[in-house]
Amino acid sequence: MTETGTITVKRGLAQMLKGGVIMDVVTPEQAAIAQDAGAVAVMALERIPADIRADGGVARMSNLELVQSIMDAVTIPVMAKVRIGHFAEAQALQALGVDFIDESEVLTPADEKYHVSKHLFTTPFVCGARDLGEALRRIAEGAAMIRSKGEAGSGNIVEAVRHMRSIRDAIKELTVVPEEELTARARDLGAPLELVREAAREGRLPVVLFCAGGVSTPADAALMMQLGAEGIFVGSGIFKSNSPKAFAKAIVDATTHFEDPNVIVAASKALGKGAQAMAGIDLRNLPESELLASRGN
Amino acid sequence: MEAAGGTPFSARFVAGISERISIGVLALQGDVDEHIAVMRRVGVSAVGVKTRADLARVDGLIVPGGESTTVMKLLARFDLGRPLQDRVRAGLPLWGTCMGTIVVAREVAGLEQPTLGLIDIAVRRNAFGRQNDSAEVALAIPVLGAEPFPAIFIRAPWIERQGRGVESLAERDGHSVMVRERNVLCTSFHPELTADTRVHEYFLSMVLQASEAGRAAGIGNRRDVA
Repeated sequence: MTETGTITVKRGLAQMLKGGVIMDVVTPEQAAIAQDAGAVAVMALERIPADIRADGGVARMSNLELVQSIMDAVTIPVMAKVRIGHFAEAQALQALGVDFIDESEVLTPADEKYHVSKHLFTTPFVCGARDLGEALRRIAEGAAMIRSKGEAGSGNIVEAVRHMRSIRDAIKELTVVPEEELTARARDLGAPLELVREAAREGRLPVVLFCAGGVSTPADAALMMQLGAEGIFVGSGIFKSNSPKAFAKAIVDATTHFEDPNVIVAASKALGKGAQAMAGIDLRNLPESELLASRGN
Repeated sequence: MEAAGGTPFSARFVAGISERISIGVLALQGDVDEHIAVMRRVGVSAVGVKTRADLARVDGLIVPGGESTTVMKLLARFDLGRPLQDRVRAGLPLWGTCMGTIVVAREVAGLEQPTLGLIDIAVRRNAFGRQNDSAEVALAIPVLGAEPFPAIFIRAPWIERQGRGVESLAERDGHSVMVRERNVLCTSFHPELTADTRVHEYFLSMVLQASEAGRAAGIGNRRDVA
Protein backbone atom coordinates (compact mmCIF):
# COMPACT_ATOMS: atom_id res chain seq x y z
CA MET A 1 0.00 0.00 0.00
CA THR A 2 1.35 3.41 -1.02
CA GLU A 3 -1.02 6.36 -0.77
CA THR A 4 -0.12 9.91 -1.77
CA GLY A 5 -1.96 13.19 -1.09
CA THR A 6 -3.58 12.01 2.15
CA ILE A 7 -4.61 14.49 4.84
CA THR A 8 -1.78 13.14 7.00
CA VAL A 9 1.00 13.78 4.47
CA LYS A 10 -0.44 17.16 3.52
CA ARG A 11 -0.77 18.37 7.11
CA GLY A 12 2.50 16.59 7.87
CA LEU A 13 4.62 18.81 5.63
CA ALA A 14 3.28 21.86 7.50
CA GLN A 15 4.24 20.17 10.77
CA MET A 16 7.81 19.79 9.49
CA LEU A 17 7.98 23.56 8.92
CA LYS A 18 7.13 24.42 12.53
CA GLY A 19 9.46 26.76 14.36
CA GLY A 20 10.76 28.00 11.02
CA VAL A 21 10.63 31.03 8.76
CA ILE A 22 9.15 31.02 5.23
CA MET A 23 10.44 33.85 3.07
CA ASP A 24 9.02 35.58 0.00
CA VAL A 25 11.52 35.59 -2.89
CA VAL A 26 11.26 36.89 -6.46
CA THR A 27 14.47 35.45 -7.99
CA PRO A 28 16.55 32.26 -7.68
CA GLU A 29 19.32 34.40 -6.14
CA GLN A 30 17.00 35.61 -3.39
CA ALA A 31 15.88 32.00 -2.83
CA ALA A 32 19.52 30.98 -2.31
CA ILE A 33 20.01 33.85 0.18
CA ALA A 34 16.90 32.74 2.06
CA GLN A 35 18.03 29.11 2.21
CA ASP A 36 21.49 30.19 3.30
CA ALA A 37 20.01 32.26 6.13
CA GLY A 38 18.12 29.20 7.40
CA ALA A 39 14.64 29.60 5.88
CA VAL A 40 12.57 26.38 6.06
CA ALA A 41 10.82 27.17 2.77
CA VAL A 42 10.45 29.95 0.23
CA MET A 43 7.39 31.52 -1.37
CA ALA A 44 8.12 32.06 -5.07
CA LEU A 45 6.60 35.30 -6.35
CA GLU A 46 6.90 37.75 -9.22
CA ARG A 47 6.44 40.72 -6.92
CA ILE A 48 6.52 40.95 -3.15
CA PRO A 49 3.37 42.28 -1.46
CA ALA A 50 4.79 45.78 -0.84
CA ASP A 51 5.34 46.15 -4.60
CA ILE A 52 1.97 44.63 -5.50
CA ARG A 53 0.46 47.23 -3.18
CA ALA A 54 2.47 50.04 -4.82
CA ASP A 55 1.91 48.91 -8.43
CA GLY A 56 -1.83 48.28 -8.23
CA GLY A 57 -3.54 46.47 -11.10
CA VAL A 58 -4.41 42.77 -11.10
CA ALA A 59 -1.99 40.46 -9.28
CA ARG A 60 -2.02 36.87 -10.61
CA MET A 61 -0.18 33.58 -10.12
CA SER A 62 3.53 34.10 -10.83
CA ASN A 63 5.27 33.28 -14.08
CA LEU A 64 5.80 29.50 -14.02
CA GLU A 65 9.29 29.67 -15.57
CA LEU A 66 10.27 31.84 -12.63
CA VAL A 67 8.70 29.44 -10.11
CA GLN A 68 10.52 26.53 -11.79
CA SER A 69 13.87 28.35 -11.67
CA ILE A 70 13.38 28.93 -7.93
CA MET A 71 12.50 25.24 -7.43
CA ASP A 72 15.75 24.36 -9.21
CA ALA A 73 17.80 26.79 -7.12
CA VAL A 74 17.06 25.41 -3.62
CA THR A 75 16.59 22.10 -1.79
CA ILE A 76 14.02 23.44 0.71
CA PRO A 77 10.27 23.30 -0.08
CA VAL A 78 8.92 25.87 -2.54
CA MET A 79 5.48 27.43 -2.18
CA ALA A 80 3.62 29.60 -4.68
CA LYS A 81 0.44 31.66 -4.59
CA VAL A 82 -2.84 31.38 -6.48
CA ARG A 83 -5.74 33.83 -6.54
CA ILE A 84 -8.62 33.04 -4.18
CA GLY A 85 -10.94 30.60 -5.96
CA HIS A 86 -8.68 30.20 -9.01
CA PHE A 87 -8.55 26.41 -9.15
CA ALA A 88 -7.02 26.36 -12.64
CA GLU A 89 -3.98 28.28 -11.36
CA ALA A 90 -3.79 25.73 -8.55
CA GLN A 91 -3.99 22.82 -11.02
CA ALA A 92 -1.06 24.35 -12.92
CA LEU A 93 1.05 24.74 -9.78
CA GLN A 94 0.30 21.16 -8.76
CA ALA A 95 1.30 19.91 -12.22
CA LEU A 96 4.49 21.97 -12.00
CA GLY A 97 5.25 20.22 -8.70
CA VAL A 98 5.45 22.99 -6.11
CA ASP A 99 5.39 21.70 -2.53
CA PHE A 100 2.67 23.99 -1.13
CA ILE A 101 0.04 26.28 -2.65
CA ASP A 102 -0.96 29.53 -0.92
CA GLU A 103 -4.50 30.56 -1.81
CA SER A 104 -3.77 34.16 -1.08
CA GLU A 105 -5.59 37.43 -0.50
CA VAL A 106 -2.38 39.17 -1.60
CA LEU A 107 -3.33 38.37 -5.20
CA THR A 108 -6.49 39.78 -6.76
CA PRO A 109 -9.37 37.37 -5.98
CA ALA A 110 -10.69 35.38 -8.95
CA ASP A 111 -13.91 34.35 -7.20
CA GLU A 112 -15.75 36.66 -4.82
CA LYS A 113 -17.84 33.89 -3.34
CA TYR A 114 -15.95 30.58 -3.25
CA HIS A 115 -12.50 29.33 -2.37
CA VAL A 116 -10.77 26.40 -4.08
CA SER A 117 -11.94 22.93 -2.99
CA LYS A 118 -8.57 21.92 -1.66
CA HIS A 119 -9.46 18.29 -0.94
CA LEU A 120 -9.29 17.65 -4.67
CA PHE A 121 -5.54 18.31 -4.75
CA THR A 122 -2.48 16.23 -3.90
CA THR A 123 -0.48 19.37 -3.16
CA PRO A 124 -1.22 20.85 0.27
CA PHE A 125 -2.69 24.36 0.65
CA VAL A 126 -2.11 27.14 3.15
CA CYS A 127 -4.79 29.82 3.56
CA GLY A 128 -5.05 33.07 5.48
CA ALA A 129 -7.54 33.73 8.27
CA ARG A 130 -8.50 36.66 10.48
CA ASP A 131 -10.53 34.70 13.01
CA LEU A 132 -11.44 31.18 14.06
CA GLY A 133 -14.51 30.89 11.83
CA GLU A 134 -12.50 31.77 8.75
CA ALA A 135 -9.71 29.36 9.75
CA LEU A 136 -12.16 26.47 10.25
CA ARG A 137 -13.95 27.18 6.95
CA ARG A 138 -10.62 26.97 5.11
CA ILE A 139 -9.77 23.73 6.93
CA ALA A 140 -13.20 22.35 5.99
CA GLU A 141 -12.32 23.10 2.36
CA GLY A 142 -9.09 21.13 2.80
CA ALA A 143 -6.42 23.64 3.89
CA ALA A 144 -3.47 21.78 5.47
CA MET A 145 -2.07 24.88 7.14
CA ILE A 146 -3.44 28.24 8.33
CA ARG A 147 -1.67 31.58 8.57
CA SER A 148 -2.90 34.84 10.00
CA LYS A 149 -3.68 37.23 7.19
CA GLY A 150 -2.17 40.26 8.86
CA GLU A 151 -1.85 43.08 6.36
CA ALA A 152 0.69 41.97 3.76
CA GLY A 153 3.25 44.46 2.48
CA SER A 154 2.45 46.95 5.22
CA GLY A 155 5.47 46.46 7.47
CA ASN A 156 2.95 46.85 10.30
CA ILE A 157 2.43 43.97 12.72
CA VAL A 158 -0.82 45.25 14.24
CA GLU A 159 -3.19 43.22 12.03
CA ALA A 160 -1.25 39.98 12.50
CA VAL A 161 -1.45 40.49 16.27
CA ARG A 162 -5.19 41.12 16.01
CA HIS A 163 -5.75 37.97 13.92
CA MET A 164 -3.51 35.71 16.00
CA ARG A 165 -5.12 36.84 19.25
CA SER A 166 -8.57 36.49 17.76
CA ILE A 167 -7.97 32.89 16.65
CA ARG A 168 -6.20 31.82 19.85
CA ASP A 169 -8.70 33.51 22.19
CA ALA A 170 -11.66 31.97 20.38
CA ILE A 171 -10.13 28.49 20.70
CA LYS A 172 -9.37 29.03 24.38
CA GLU A 173 -12.96 30.07 24.94
CA LEU A 174 -14.28 26.96 23.17
CA THR A 175 -12.33 24.68 25.52
CA VAL A 176 -14.47 25.80 28.47
CA VAL A 177 -17.82 26.02 26.68
CA PRO A 178 -20.36 23.34 27.74
CA GLU A 179 -20.99 20.68 25.07
CA GLU A 180 -24.62 21.77 24.57
CA GLU A 181 -23.47 25.22 23.41
CA LEU A 182 -21.21 23.97 20.64
CA THR A 183 -23.84 23.79 17.89
CA ALA A 184 -24.78 27.42 18.51
CA ARG A 185 -21.10 28.35 18.53
CA ALA A 186 -20.59 26.55 15.22
CA ARG A 187 -23.51 28.50 13.77
CA ASP A 188 -22.07 31.81 15.02
CA LEU A 189 -18.60 30.95 13.73
CA GLY A 190 -19.99 29.82 10.38
CA ALA A 191 -17.92 26.65 10.66
CA PRO A 192 -18.71 22.90 10.63
CA LEU A 193 -19.68 21.50 14.03
CA GLU A 194 -17.17 18.65 13.77
CA LEU A 195 -14.23 21.04 13.45
CA VAL A 196 -15.59 23.23 16.26
CA ARG A 197 -15.83 20.14 18.50
CA GLU A 198 -12.28 19.15 17.61
CA ALA A 199 -10.91 22.62 18.40
CA ALA A 200 -12.79 22.62 21.71
CA ARG A 201 -11.46 19.16 22.62
CA GLU A 202 -7.83 19.68 21.55
CA GLY A 203 -7.46 23.37 22.39
CA ARG A 204 -5.82 24.00 19.02
CA LEU A 205 -6.51 23.94 15.30
CA PRO A 206 -6.19 20.51 13.65
CA VAL A 207 -3.52 22.02 11.38
CA VAL A 208 -0.40 24.11 11.93
CA LEU A 209 -0.95 27.85 12.55
CA PHE A 210 1.67 30.32 11.25
CA CYS A 211 1.82 34.10 11.40
CA ALA A 212 1.90 36.20 8.23
CA GLY A 213 1.44 39.80 7.27
CA GLY A 214 3.61 42.59 8.64
CA VAL A 215 6.62 40.86 10.23
CA SER A 216 9.68 43.05 9.64
CA THR A 217 12.03 42.74 12.63
CA PRO A 218 13.42 39.95 14.86
CA ALA A 219 11.30 41.28 17.72
CA ASP A 220 8.16 41.07 15.53
CA ALA A 221 8.89 37.37 14.98
CA ALA A 222 9.47 36.77 18.70
CA LEU A 223 6.23 38.58 19.53
CA MET A 224 4.17 36.44 17.18
CA MET A 225 5.76 33.19 18.38
CA GLN A 226 4.98 34.14 21.98
CA LEU A 227 1.40 34.89 20.95
CA GLY A 228 1.12 31.29 19.78
CA ALA A 229 2.24 31.27 16.16
CA GLU A 230 3.99 27.99 15.26
CA GLY A 231 6.18 29.66 12.64
CA ILE A 232 6.58 32.83 10.60
CA PHE A 233 6.01 34.00 7.03
CA VAL A 234 8.08 37.04 6.09
CA GLY A 235 7.07 38.74 2.89
CA SER A 236 8.41 42.17 2.18
CA GLY A 237 10.24 42.38 5.52
CA ILE A 238 13.45 40.83 4.24
CA PHE A 239 14.01 42.03 0.70
CA LYS A 240 12.56 45.49 1.40
CA SER A 241 15.02 46.04 4.25
CA ASN A 242 18.38 47.61 3.47
CA SER A 243 20.25 44.42 4.45
CA PRO A 244 18.34 41.28 3.36
CA LYS A 245 20.95 38.69 4.38
CA ALA A 246 21.28 40.10 7.88
CA PHE A 247 17.52 40.49 8.36
CA ALA A 248 16.85 36.98 7.09
CA LYS A 249 19.32 35.42 9.52
CA ALA A 250 18.22 37.61 12.45
CA ILE A 251 14.55 36.72 11.97
CA VAL A 252 15.42 32.99 11.81
CA ASP A 253 17.42 33.22 15.06
CA ALA A 254 14.64 35.17 16.79
CA THR A 255 12.01 32.64 15.67
CA THR A 256 14.00 29.71 17.08
CA HIS A 257 14.79 31.36 20.43
CA PHE A 258 11.66 33.51 20.65
CA GLU A 259 11.44 33.12 24.43
CA ASP A 260 15.01 34.27 25.08
CA PRO A 261 15.36 38.10 24.97
CA ASN A 262 19.16 37.76 24.95
CA VAL A 263 18.99 36.06 21.57
CA ILE A 264 16.72 38.84 20.28
CA VAL A 265 19.31 41.37 21.48
CA ALA A 266 22.14 39.49 19.77
CA ALA A 267 20.14 39.01 16.56
CA SER A 268 19.12 42.68 16.48
CA LYS A 269 22.67 43.90 17.20
CA ALA A 270 24.05 41.64 14.48
CA LEU A 271 22.01 43.64 11.98
CA GLY A 272 24.55 46.45 12.43
CA LYS A 273 24.17 50.15 13.08
CA GLY A 274 22.95 51.14 9.65
CA ALA A 275 20.28 48.42 9.46
CA GLN A 276 16.85 49.67 8.55
CA ALA A 277 13.73 47.56 8.49
CA MET A 278 11.31 48.14 5.63
CA ALA A 279 9.29 51.34 5.78
CA GLY A 280 5.87 50.72 7.31
CA ILE A 281 2.37 51.99 6.66
CA ASP A 282 0.01 53.29 9.33
CA LEU A 283 -3.06 51.26 8.38
CA ARG A 284 -5.44 53.84 9.82
CA ASN A 285 -4.45 56.07 6.89
CA LEU A 286 -5.19 53.40 4.29
CA PRO A 287 -8.55 53.45 2.47
CA GLU A 288 -10.73 50.36 2.96
CA SER A 289 -10.33 49.43 -0.72
CA GLU A 290 -6.56 48.98 -0.28
CA LEU A 291 -6.80 46.53 2.64
CA LEU A 292 -5.86 43.03 1.47
CA ALA A 293 -7.05 41.13 4.55
CA SER A 294 -10.73 41.71 3.80
CA ARG A 295 -10.46 39.69 0.56
CA GLY A 296 -12.01 36.24 0.91
CA ASN A 297 -14.04 35.23 3.93
CA MET B 1 14.39 -7.65 21.25
CA GLU B 2 12.49 -10.38 19.45
CA ALA B 3 13.69 -11.74 16.17
CA ALA B 4 11.84 -11.33 12.90
CA GLY B 5 8.42 -12.96 12.93
CA GLY B 6 8.50 -13.42 16.71
CA THR B 7 6.47 -11.69 19.37
CA PRO B 8 5.78 -8.08 18.46
CA PHE B 9 7.93 -5.58 20.22
CA SER B 10 5.88 -4.46 23.19
CA ALA B 11 5.61 -1.80 25.83
CA ARG B 12 7.06 -4.09 28.45
CA PHE B 13 10.41 -2.35 28.12
CA VAL B 14 8.74 0.90 28.95
CA ALA B 15 6.90 -0.11 32.10
CA GLY B 16 8.45 1.38 35.21
CA ILE B 17 11.15 3.42 33.53
CA SER B 18 9.34 6.72 33.29
CA GLU B 19 10.91 8.10 36.44
CA ARG B 20 14.33 6.79 35.52
CA ILE B 21 14.93 8.37 32.13
CA SER B 22 14.28 11.60 30.29
CA ILE B 23 14.13 11.87 26.51
CA GLY B 24 15.17 15.07 24.77
CA VAL B 25 13.87 16.27 21.41
CA LEU B 26 16.14 18.71 19.57
CA ALA B 27 13.92 21.81 19.46
CA LEU B 28 15.64 24.22 17.08
CA GLN B 29 13.00 23.65 14.39
CA GLY B 30 10.60 20.91 13.29
CA ASP B 31 7.88 18.63 14.64
CA VAL B 32 9.13 18.59 18.23
CA ASP B 33 5.76 18.49 20.04
CA GLU B 34 4.66 15.41 18.12
CA HIS B 35 7.58 13.34 19.49
CA ILE B 36 7.10 14.69 23.01
CA ALA B 37 3.40 13.76 22.85
CA VAL B 38 4.15 10.15 21.83
CA MET B 39 6.72 9.76 24.60
CA ARG B 40 4.24 11.07 27.15
CA ARG B 41 1.61 8.71 25.77
CA VAL B 42 3.85 5.73 26.50
CA GLY B 43 4.58 7.14 29.96
CA VAL B 44 8.05 8.61 29.52
CA SER B 45 9.00 12.21 30.23
CA ALA B 46 10.30 14.17 27.26
CA VAL B 47 11.56 17.74 26.88
CA GLY B 48 12.66 20.08 24.12
CA VAL B 49 16.43 20.59 23.82
CA LYS B 50 17.51 24.07 22.71
CA THR B 51 20.68 24.69 24.74
CA ARG B 52 23.79 22.85 25.95
CA ALA B 53 22.34 22.77 29.46
CA ASP B 54 19.20 21.06 28.10
CA LEU B 55 21.35 18.55 26.23
CA ALA B 56 23.34 17.64 29.33
CA ARG B 57 20.17 16.56 31.16
CA VAL B 58 18.79 13.92 28.79
CA ASP B 59 19.33 10.15 28.53
CA GLY B 60 18.41 9.90 24.85
CA LEU B 61 17.99 12.42 22.06
CA ILE B 62 15.56 12.56 19.14
CA VAL B 63 16.37 14.76 16.16
CA PRO B 64 12.86 15.32 14.73
CA GLY B 65 11.47 16.04 11.28
CA GLY B 66 12.13 19.48 9.83
CA GLU B 67 14.50 21.16 7.39
CA SER B 68 18.07 19.87 7.54
CA THR B 69 19.71 22.99 6.07
CA THR B 70 17.96 25.14 8.69
CA VAL B 71 18.85 22.94 11.64
CA MET B 72 22.51 22.48 10.60
CA LYS B 73 22.86 26.27 10.50
CA LEU B 74 21.18 26.70 13.88
CA LEU B 75 23.34 23.97 15.45
CA ALA B 76 26.43 25.88 14.30
CA ARG B 77 25.17 29.35 15.24
CA PHE B 78 24.21 28.32 18.76
CA ASP B 79 27.26 26.07 19.40
CA LEU B 80 25.21 22.95 19.87
CA GLY B 81 26.67 20.71 17.15
CA ARG B 82 29.95 19.83 18.85
CA PRO B 83 28.46 19.06 22.30
CA LEU B 84 25.85 16.90 20.58
CA GLN B 85 28.57 14.99 18.69
CA ASP B 86 30.56 14.55 21.91
CA ARG B 87 27.63 13.10 23.84
CA VAL B 88 26.58 10.72 21.08
CA ARG B 89 30.16 9.51 20.56
CA ALA B 90 30.28 8.86 24.31
CA GLY B 91 27.25 6.58 23.96
CA LEU B 92 24.13 8.77 24.18
CA PRO B 93 21.37 7.01 22.22
CA LEU B 94 20.15 9.15 19.32
CA TRP B 95 17.24 8.70 16.92
CA GLY B 96 16.86 10.84 13.80
CA THR B 97 13.53 10.98 11.95
CA CYS B 98 13.66 12.14 8.31
CA MET B 99 15.54 15.46 8.71
CA GLY B 100 17.27 13.91 11.72
CA THR B 101 18.62 11.14 9.49
CA ILE B 102 20.21 13.73 7.20
CA VAL B 103 21.63 15.76 10.09
CA VAL B 104 23.42 12.78 11.68
CA ALA B 105 24.56 11.05 8.46
CA ARG B 106 28.20 10.88 7.42
CA GLU B 107 27.37 12.60 4.13
CA VAL B 108 24.60 13.77 1.81
CA ALA B 109 24.81 12.13 -1.62
CA GLY B 110 25.20 14.60 -4.47
CA LEU B 111 25.17 17.73 -2.30
CA GLU B 112 27.78 19.78 -0.47
CA GLN B 113 25.86 19.85 2.78
CA PRO B 114 27.48 19.72 6.22
CA THR B 115 26.33 16.93 8.56
CA LEU B 116 27.27 15.71 12.04
CA GLY B 117 28.74 12.39 10.87
CA LEU B 118 27.39 10.22 13.69
CA ILE B 119 26.40 7.19 11.60
CA ASP B 120 28.21 5.66 8.65
CA ILE B 121 25.59 6.32 5.97
CA ALA B 122 25.19 8.51 2.90
CA VAL B 123 21.63 9.80 2.49
CA ARG B 124 19.95 11.11 -0.63
CA ARG B 125 17.60 13.99 0.12
CA ASN B 126 14.06 14.09 -1.31
CA ALA B 127 14.91 10.71 -2.83
CA PHE B 128 11.28 9.63 -3.18
CA GLY B 129 10.38 12.99 -4.78
CA ARG B 130 8.87 16.33 -3.84
CA GLN B 131 5.73 16.83 -1.76
CA ASN B 132 3.33 15.38 -4.35
CA ASP B 133 5.18 12.05 -3.91
CA SER B 134 4.94 12.13 -0.11
CA ALA B 135 3.06 8.99 0.92
CA GLU B 136 1.71 6.66 3.56
CA VAL B 137 3.23 3.20 3.17
CA ALA B 138 2.56 -0.08 5.00
CA LEU B 139 6.19 -0.91 5.80
CA ALA B 140 7.56 -4.28 6.89
CA ILE B 141 9.85 -3.79 9.90
CA PRO B 142 10.68 -7.35 11.04
CA VAL B 143 12.35 -6.19 14.26
CA LEU B 144 9.00 -4.72 15.38
CA GLY B 145 6.98 -7.84 14.61
CA ALA B 146 4.88 -9.14 11.73
CA GLU B 147 2.35 -6.30 11.67
CA PRO B 148 3.37 -3.71 9.02
CA PHE B 149 4.18 -0.23 10.30
CA PRO B 150 2.12 2.74 9.00
CA ALA B 151 5.09 4.75 7.74
CA ILE B 152 4.59 8.39 6.72
CA PHE B 153 7.18 9.57 4.17
CA ILE B 154 7.32 13.36 3.60
CA ARG B 155 9.82 14.59 0.99
CA ALA B 156 11.76 11.72 2.46
CA PRO B 157 15.42 10.74 2.05
CA TRP B 158 16.69 7.20 1.60
CA ILE B 159 19.94 5.66 2.70
CA GLU B 160 22.01 5.37 -0.44
CA ARG B 161 25.15 3.78 1.01
CA GLN B 162 25.84 2.31 4.41
CA GLY B 163 28.99 1.15 6.17
CA ARG B 164 29.57 -2.44 7.22
CA GLY B 165 28.67 -1.73 10.84
CA VAL B 166 25.24 -0.40 9.90
CA GLU B 167 22.23 -2.69 10.10
CA SER B 168 19.29 -2.12 7.77
CA LEU B 169 15.99 -2.62 9.62
CA ALA B 170 13.52 -1.77 6.83
CA GLU B 171 13.49 -1.17 3.08
CA ARG B 172 11.13 0.61 0.70
CA ASP B 173 11.47 -0.09 -3.03
CA GLY B 174 14.88 -1.65 -2.43
CA HIS B 175 16.29 1.28 -0.45
CA SER B 176 17.09 1.30 3.27
CA VAL B 177 14.74 3.60 5.17
CA MET B 178 15.50 2.48 8.74
CA VAL B 179 19.03 1.76 9.93
CA ARG B 180 20.94 1.35 13.16
CA GLU B 181 24.60 1.53 14.09
CA ARG B 182 25.22 0.91 17.80
CA ASN B 183 23.56 3.82 19.69
CA VAL B 184 22.31 5.66 16.59
CA LEU B 185 18.93 4.89 14.98
CA CYS B 186 17.59 6.53 11.81
CA THR B 187 14.20 6.39 10.12
CA SER B 188 13.52 8.32 6.93
CA PHE B 189 9.80 8.28 7.83
CA HIS B 190 7.80 9.84 10.69
CA PRO B 191 6.56 7.45 13.42
CA GLU B 192 5.60 10.53 15.45
CA LEU B 193 2.76 11.25 13.02
CA THR B 194 1.00 7.92 13.62
CA ALA B 195 -0.76 6.28 16.53
CA ASP B 196 1.61 3.28 16.37
CA THR B 197 4.22 3.72 19.14
CA ARG B 198 6.45 0.73 18.32
CA VAL B 199 9.43 2.66 16.94
CA HIS B 200 9.36 5.01 19.94
CA GLU B 201 9.34 1.96 22.22
CA TYR B 202 12.20 0.41 20.25
CA PHE B 203 14.23 3.59 20.79
CA LEU B 204 13.34 3.57 24.48
CA SER B 205 14.75 0.06 24.75
CA MET B 206 18.03 1.39 23.33
CA VAL B 207 18.01 4.20 25.90
CA LEU B 208 17.23 1.83 28.73
CA GLN B 209 19.99 -0.57 27.73
CA ALA B 210 22.50 2.27 27.44
CA SER B 211 21.61 3.72 30.80
CA GLU B 212 21.77 0.29 32.49
CA ALA B 213 25.08 -0.49 30.83
CA GLY B 214 26.31 2.90 31.98
CA ARG B 215 25.18 2.31 35.54
CA ALA B 216 26.72 -1.14 35.60
CA ALA B 217 30.02 0.35 34.47
CA GLY B 218 29.68 2.96 37.20
CA ILE B 219 29.87 5.92 34.84
CA GLY B 220 26.21 6.79 34.34
CA ASN B 221 24.91 7.89 30.99
CA ARG B 222 23.66 11.27 32.07
CA ARG B 223 26.24 14.02 32.32
CA ASP B 224 26.23 16.49 35.19
CA VAL B 225 25.18 19.94 34.15
CA ALA B 226 28.27 22.11 33.89
